[in-house]
Amino acid sequence: MGSSSSNMDHIPDAQHLMQETGFSAAHLVRLYERFDFLDKDDRGELRLDDFEAVSELAMNPIGDRIIRAFFSPGRETVDFPSFVRILAHFRPTDTNRTRNGRNGAQPEPANSRTNKLKFAFQLYDQDRDGKISREELLQVLRAMLEMQVTEEQLQSIAERAIQEADLDLDDTISFDEFKKSLEKVDIEHKMSIRFLE
Amino acid sequence: MAALWTLPLLLSARLLGCLALTPPDELPQPHNLPPSLGFNISHGGPSVDLPMALRVFSVDYHHVQAPFEIVLWIMLASLAKLGFHWSGRVPAVVPESCVLIMVGLLVGGVIYGVRHSAPPTLSADAFFLFLLPPIVLDAGYFLPGRLFFENLGTILWYAVLGTLWNVLGIGLSLYGVCLLAQSSLGDVSLLHCLLFGSLIAAVDPVAVLSVFQEMHVNEQLHILVFGESLLNDAVTVVLYKLFESFLRLPSVSGLDVLLGGCRVVVVGLGGLCVGLFFGLVAALTSRFTSKAQVIAPLFVFLYSYLSYLTSEMLHLSGIMAIVTCAVTMKQYVEANVSEHSNTSIQYFLKMWSSVSETLIFIFLGVSTIQDVHMWSWPFVCSTLLLCLIWRATGVLLLTAVVNKLRRNAVTFRDQFIIAYGGLRGAICFSLVFLIDDFPKKRLFITTTIVVILFTVFVQGMTIKPLVELLDVKRKKRALPTVSEEIHSRLIDHLLAGIEDVVGYWGQHYWKDKFEQFNKKYLRRFLIREDHQARSSILRVYQELERREQRGDEEAPPLVDPRSHSRLLLPEEMDSIRRILSRNLQNFNNKQTPAYSRHTLHQDATTDRTRKPLHRHQSLGERRTHWPQMEDGEFSESHRVRAGLSRSHTVCSISPRPVLQDSSATAQTGPADPRPAGDDQVSPQHQVPAGRTPKKQLSFVLENEKQQ
Repeated sequence: MGSSSSNMDHIPDAQHLMQETGFSAAHLVRLYERFDFLDKDDRGELRLDDFEAVSELAMNPIGDRIIRAFFSPGRETVDFPSFVRILAHFRPTDTNRTRNGRNGAQPEPANSRTNKLKFAFQLYDQDRDGKISREELLQVLRAMLEMQVTEEQLQSIAERAIQEADLDLDDTISFDEFKKSLEKVDIEHKMSIRFLE
Repeated sequence: MAALWTLPLLLSARLLGCLALTPPDELPQPHNLPPSLGFNISHGGPSVDLPMALRVFSVDYHHVQAPFEIVLWIMLASLAKLGFHWSGRVPAVVPESCVLIMVGLLVGGVIYGVRHSAPPTLSADAFFLFLLPPIVLDAGYFLPGRLFFENLGTILWYAVLGTLWNVLGIGLSLYGVCLLAQSSLGDVSLLHCLLFGSLIAAVDPVAVLSVFQEMHVNEQLHILVFGESLLNDAVTVVLYKLFESFLRLPSVSGLDVLLGGCRVVVVGLGGLCVGLFFGLVAALTSRFTSKAQVIAPLFVFLYSYLSYLTSEMLHLSGIMAIVTCAVTMKQYVEANVSEHSNTSIQYFLKMWSSVSETLIFIFLGVSTIQDVHMWSWPFVCSTLLLCLIWRATGVLLLTAVVNKLRRNAVTFRDQFIIAYGGLRGAICFSLVFLIDDFPKKRLFITTTIVVILFTVFVQGMTIKPLVELLDVKRKKRALPTVSEEIHSRLIDHLLAGIEDVVGYWGQHYWKDKFEQFNKKYLRRFLIREDHQARSSILRVYQELERREQRGDEEAPPLVDPRSHSRLLLPEEMDSIRRILSRNLQNFNNKQTPAYSRHTLHQDATTDRTRKPLHRHQSLGERRTHWPQMEDGEFSESHRVRAGLSRSHTVCSISPRPVLQDSSATAQTGPADPRPAGDDQVSPQHQVPAGRTPKKQLSFVLENEKQQ
């Protein structure tokens, strides 16, 4: 369970990954072990059924969307670097970094507020058109509320949500509108797993 | 302000009544002599020569003295409370506990002045056996369960380690002070100091509750302080008894200290087990109360009180027992008993705890007027200072450690409030009276009273301005928008899912395990068959109906430049918001109002009034995803929706095909709800804002009729 350097040899491109995602060596090893554990057939990459084997995920209302988020569009497997890149979104935000100015040369890190929000946005926006339509919102609501409310209530709720957020009145929520509607919420804290700290 | 003058009038009336009757009656009344034959009727007072007279009118106070006095005290307490709330601006500035103590001081002073002897004091037995249990029971019954268990680690950390830190710190430093002031305090030994430390260090739930509820801080902070004050009872009681028994022993060895440590664990866990046992028995009993609904509330009180008494008998922690009992039995009792019984339980609990609390504070005031005071400047002042210092440092240190392990850090402002809100109260007071007599006991009593008065008055009165000054993150008055709620919940689910992928055992693991167990065994056993399927769906509907009927108004103004067909009424907005905050699984929900003594607020965990909804046929098993502590229905393996109406479903989980449009197919088995949904979209748009509140009621029921 330790982070011996010999383990690091198994990890392809470890240095590059660490730099890109900001994970430390210890984290990377831990994640690799988890990846290995999930990869039941030792294929070196994860498939759909590997994710579905995580039983708690099956009971998560948006479990399927989360799983889908790991798979890049068009691909059917997840390799370790992709796995790590997705999880990098959930690193706690470095407060040391200057958030005001973005160094032009450096791309924004995966765990910046914007990127976290983008990840959440994509959970809604399944067709990747950059907007959350009413139907997409309804689908998510339906998943989360399950059968606890009637269809009409769902409609009202979705209605209201779009009303509040939709500033350009096109009946969909764009990413900017999404970001704006969450400006009061402490995303950095909420969307971070301390364990990965 | 005119109302403020009625208070003294009331008080003086009471006092006169009190005083007039407390002096013993010298005139023996022969009224209980049987009238003999040949009676002479006499007019007026007792006459000398008439063993055969028939008393027309007589007063016999002795007969009713005890209950009469008790009732008068309670009456005084309640009238003082009434007067307090009617007295204009006073409640805004002075917390109720302060006013009550002042009233007590006044009454005590008057009684002392008239009788020239000490007024009745609060006996430790009366306090521990009669006055404390209702308050703690009330607190336990309305404890916000989820919040409490989520923060349990932190609370235990503060309660156990914090109390230990305070006790040892205060005890040892006081001993140092005594050594320094050898002349006056030389005969106070180390053990005495430690004993004193143990009773003065503990934060008191009664005092904390009464001050915090008038101050709306965020719920996490509230539960931390309150939970700590409840749980530190175990540690306090054990340490107190430990030091007391050490005092009686000729010598103290290391083994004794070790045993003392074990005792803490035994006392705490023992109280817990006793409470669990009685809670489960109470739940089981409530299952059978359908034929005699009127006495169902009685069982709640009896079993709780019994658990308290039993653990006191076994020298375990009574407070922990009664809190555990209440927390355990609550969900089952609420499911089993009728709606009226539930309401009765809640109201009685509130009433009794209010009365108890008021009495406690009044007696604190009265008991301050004593003959037994002994004053010593160094001792008293240093105690006050040390209490503050040790508490502050303790909180700072402990929080620094615990913040590393928490998802929501306890901010510096919160820490200040925790430290400053450590009020002492009647528990210390009673404990100090129970000490075996020794030369400096009176000094201890005086010091305890001073500390209590200081914390309640000074800290109690200044904490509100300080909170405002420090701008502690208050309970959000402005309700979040619907978007915020939805997205926040989505993020919560997302994080839980990611934690599962990463294999991180968050708080959810144990909660899920418990819910599984709860669903499989406990609920089946302890809840009446016909009540078992009561799901939160019904509660939502009934909640909506009730809100309609009450007509709450909280809605923010709708900024809607678009067509009128999109407008939603405030009532509907309200119910939407409530649906969301209730039904969406929320992990860090800070929206539930904190526990409040004075109001039965309508929050999710306490509101279980149910009316039978006609037309509700087969309520199958409903599965929730992340089961809440309250509605624990944990799914085992499969979810299938016999998707007629959204409300009648039998569901189980099937492994969902991910890469297709899963949400559509997995959720809507037969295609019914989708077209139904579509059908409903258009009528909704056509029905403009002219929908009356009643309409919402009807659309709720209508939906059931539909399928």
